Amino acid sequence: MTRLPVRKTYKLFVGGDFPRSESGRTYEAQGQNVARASRKDVRDAVRAARGAFGKWRGMTAYNRGQVLYRIAEMMESRKEELAEFSSGRKEIETAVDRWVWYAGWADKYAQVLGTSNPVAAPYFNFTIPEPTGVVGIVAPEEPALDGLVGRLAPVIVGGNTAVVLASESSPLAAIELAEALATSDVPGGVVNILTGFKAELAPWLAGHMDVNAIDVAGADGEIPELERLAAENVKRVVRGRADRQSPYEIAAFLELKTVWHPIGV
Amino acid sequence: MTDLERRQDRAPVPSGWDYAPAPEARDIVTLEERYGLYIGGELVEPKSGEYFPTVSPASEEVLAEVGQAGPEDVDLAVQAARDAYDNGWSAISPAERAKYLFRIARILQERSREFAVLESLNGGKPIKESRDVDLPLAAAHFFYYAGWADKLEYAFPHRRPRSVGVAGQIIPWNFPLLMLAWKIAPALAGGNTVVLKPAETTPLSALLFADVLRQAELPPGVVNIVTGDGRAGAELVKHPDVDKIAFTGSTEVGKAIQRELAGTGKRLTLELGGKAANIIFDDAALDQAVEGIVNGIYFNQGHVCCAGSRLLVQESIYEPVIEKLKRRLTTLRVGDPLDKNTDVGAINSKQQLEKIEELVRSGEEEGADIYQPPCRLPEKGWWFVPTVFTNVAQSYRIAQEEIFGPVLSVLTFRTPDEAVEKANNTPYGLSAGVWTEKGSRILSMASRLEAGVVWANTYNRFDPTSPFGGYKESGFGREGGLHGLEPYLDLEESEVRG
Amino acid sequence: MAKAPALPSGFELPLEPRLPRIGSIDQVAVEERAASLARRSIKREAKLFALDLAVRMMDLTTLEGQDTPGKIAALTSKAIRPDPSDASVPSVAAVCVYPNLVPAAVDRVRGSSVKVASVATAFPSGQSSTAVKVTEVREVVDMGADEVDMVIDRGAFLSGRYAKVYDEIVQVKEACGDAHLKVILEVGELGTYDNVRRASLLAMAAGADFIKTSTGKLPQAATLPVTLVMLEAIRDVHEETGRKVGMKPAGGIRQAKQAVQYLVQLHETLGIEWLTPDLYRLGASTLLNDVLMQIRKEKTGNYQSPDYFTID
Repeated sequence: MTRLPVRKTYKLFVGGDFPRSESGRTYEAQGQNVARASRKDVRDAVRAARGAFGKWRGMTAYNRGQVLYRIAEMMESRKEELAEFSSGRKEIETAVDRWVWYAGWADKYAQVLGTSNPVAAPYFNFTIPEPTGVVGIVAPEEPALDGLVGRLAPVIVGGNTAVVLASESSPLAAIELAEALATSDVPGGVVNILTGFKAELAPWLAGHMDVNAIDVAGADGEIPELERLAAENVKRVVRGRADRQSPYEIAAFLELKTVWHPIGV
Repeated sequence: MTDLERRQDRAPVPSGWDYAPAPEARDIVTLEERYGLYIGGELVEPKSGEYFPTVSPASEEVLAEVGQAGPEDVDLAVQAARDAYDNGWSAISPAERAKYLFRIARILQERSREFAVLESLNGGKPIKESRDVDLPLAAAHFFYYAGWADKLEYAFPHRRPRSVGVAGQIIPWNFPLLMLAWKIAPALAGGNTVVLKPAETTPLSALLFADVLRQAELPPGVVNIVTGDGRAGAELVKHPDVDKIAFTGSTEVGKAIQRELAGTGKRLTLELGGKAANIIFDDAALDQAVEGIVNGIYFNQGHVCCAGSRLLVQESIYEPVIEKLKRRLTTLRVGDPLDKNTDVGAINSKQQLEKIEELVRSGEEEGADIYQPPCRLPEKGWWFVPTVFTNVAQSYRIAQEEIFGPVLSVLTFRTPDEAVEKANNTPYGLSAGVWTEKGSRILSMASRLEAGVVWANTYNRFDPTSPFGGYKESGFGREGGLHGLEPYLDLEESEVRG
Repeated sequence: MAKAPALPSGFELPLEPRLPRIGSIDQVAVEERAASLARRSIKREAKLFALDLAVRMMDLTTLEGQDTPGKIAALTSKAIRPDPSDASVPSVAAVCVYPNLVPAAVDRVRGSSVKVASVATAFPSGQSSTAVKVTEVREVVDMGADEVDMVIDRGAFLSGRYAKVYDEIVQVKEACGDAHLKVILEVGELGTYDNVRRASLLAMAAGADFIKTSTGKLPQAATLPVTLVMLEAIRDVHEETGRKVGMKPAGGIRQAKQAVQYLVQLHETLGIEWLTPDLYRLGASTLLNDVLMQIRKEKTGNYQSPDYFTID
């Protein structure tokens, strides 16, 4: 007699925990019942992201780079499981390599994106990039895993925390990724992943007054509406693309701070 | 004792030393009775047929009539900009583009006194500020971006900088010419053409700037200037052939623009309101900090988006700071903007004065203590006495809302954490000030304050090389510096990684 | 005018957090403030007022090895009646001379309002023992000097021996008796505005009636910002103790325009109460003629030539 495998319950990833949707709802995707997050789950996820922001942005760049590299390590060791829920090994390898690539940027982007400014007066003046805060990510539908990683990595390497709406049609890879994140060194709340219906959830994310930026990569036809909602608190809107890998993708979620100080004795 | 010696008896202490009026000569400016719109290199009659008067806020005297751009006029301006873009400007060699900008910078320097007087006349700001701040900075801005025009590929590694197209730019009334420079200089350096909408109450320096463009022989249509009220701005925002909108003004209007552009894919930068905290620690160089407070809130009548309108004073130093501040206020000279000794000029418009008065009333009603130095105000025109509110709670409207006038709200704090918490407790995030002699504390505060510009042991300093712009609801995008080029460039990566 | 020191000698560790603490000075900001005040445009009657005041506040100075009683005679005549062709021009506040010339000066100013100030305390370097300095002060006061301009011991100050500086000023003040004591900080040797402020507070705590910028023997003498720093220290002491200390910028003030700038700064920092020779002096050797030229220009409307003003 063949052994009946034990199935996994696919839940949300919020604040480092794996709760069910507070609504108790699920939907079927990729042959599984997946948690269908509600607007209150969006609210909770944003709260968790906000709570984690101070610590995450306060870590040294070297440290954040190491955390990102650790994610790559964890994904590499779960390659088989992850491959099952995505387009295959190649997608996973690309995604792992992306983490490694962005991990290396952690302590470099400020040197590429910042400036020291030769003002015409006795002041020392420099401009440094800083994280914008809590970033909402509407992840691309496909590739479900690498698309998400491609949008998430530049967001968190810059010191932001994220609330991700996973691919609606292929959400399982995102949950697998969450499990890798949970076992890596990413502090709880830095990445929060919600599964469910984007059309239902994305507007709550876009209109949330405590979200500083939103990446509408996977939003398709809803973009105008999301952008309108984003204006409520002058959110930064990024129309991300799944295939982009660049320090300028990091820059899109950074603020620039200019500091002046007199030079005197 | 001889007569001579008797006269030497010590004179009594004088009862006062009134500085005689020292007006800057106004006749350096020649005004037309009526100005059209600057489209395609010429001042043309508005198709709308409408004109409106523009006045001096210090006297309410009508200075000239200017055209109100209607939809058709805005369309013509955008067409002119598009034609100029397609037929030459975008193809002109960057080095030549740079030379036009250098020319503009030089002409502004040459005509700076004329512009300074006009700026004070039409906007109400003290001549010493338009002369020593607005004009030098405006010229410097053109000079700075001129040099970038043929060096763009060095600014953004691994990217191919290309112009965006037609930029629609809407500027406020607080620094009319300087905001024009902030907008036009990087746009032209990037190879774009421009339709600029000056503020309704301060159109004249932009119209005089059209004459600078004539002298610089800038090709027609590269810069177009459409005057008018908010309707003209709204037309520009929604015009389908504008590729990029840059707006400086209120957060309310900024949000409306962001909403209007939703889904269009047009580029947008917003420089919006602020309610900056100016934080004084007890080890600060106090007399300089007091100057910084004064410069932070009374510079340009407080019509400054980054004004240090919330003073956070450490409790242990509260009394001497307030004493010094109140004393300093008695030396501020409020009056004729064209007088070289005026420190605080006229409020820009009746509407703005009413807004300030309304908020000040709310402060008194909510229970704050008001201090205003004795002050003789001119009879005509719009004026407001420099004001300090003490005993202000964080929840009062005067601590929350942007007043955009010479009104300071004073709060206290005990620890650095409390200062940061109070400073950041606002939807805005444009600027902040920190005063302390302790270096490590400056760096810690600078890092924790949510603000695009942090002035440490100084306030309200500006420079073309220094990026300026906000966090949170104070907007996005930067003006000034290398970063100020970005909104005006299409920056495809030269090689996209997979 | 002699008063007990208003501040305790241990003022470096104030137990009260209130002013005047020593505090510090931001160089860039104080220089910007001074420059901004210097841009005031003072015209017509306001300018005439300032020029007249500048004359009345002037310490007409000669401090040369080659000074003689004859030179002092010329100087005092000029001091009493600066512009013989215009009787409305007032006398200056004082003549400032070396100790040896005090008797000559006292003799010449008798009957006029002009005071005699003598430099003392091993001027300009101050490199003698306290005993010698005190003796010198007693001597000049005995000879009739109304005012004594002493120098602080910069060596002691810069090596952190503040008590030495303080004690010396206290002893000199005592030796002055009724004579007014002006304490010269020699700001050109102090290196920072922080030190200028510290030295100002120290001098005032020790009993100075005036604090003064410089000996005039260094290229770096009075400047607008350094004077502003000292005025602000005076203001803090007044605010805290009610005591009014005078200010004397000296050295490098040669033009009427500069004098007006100094007075504007005084006016806007300490207010109208300080606009008196009792509380403000301009130490200068060549300023007077330029002020006289400007006064005549304001009165006649014509630009003037130095040929019409005596060089004394």
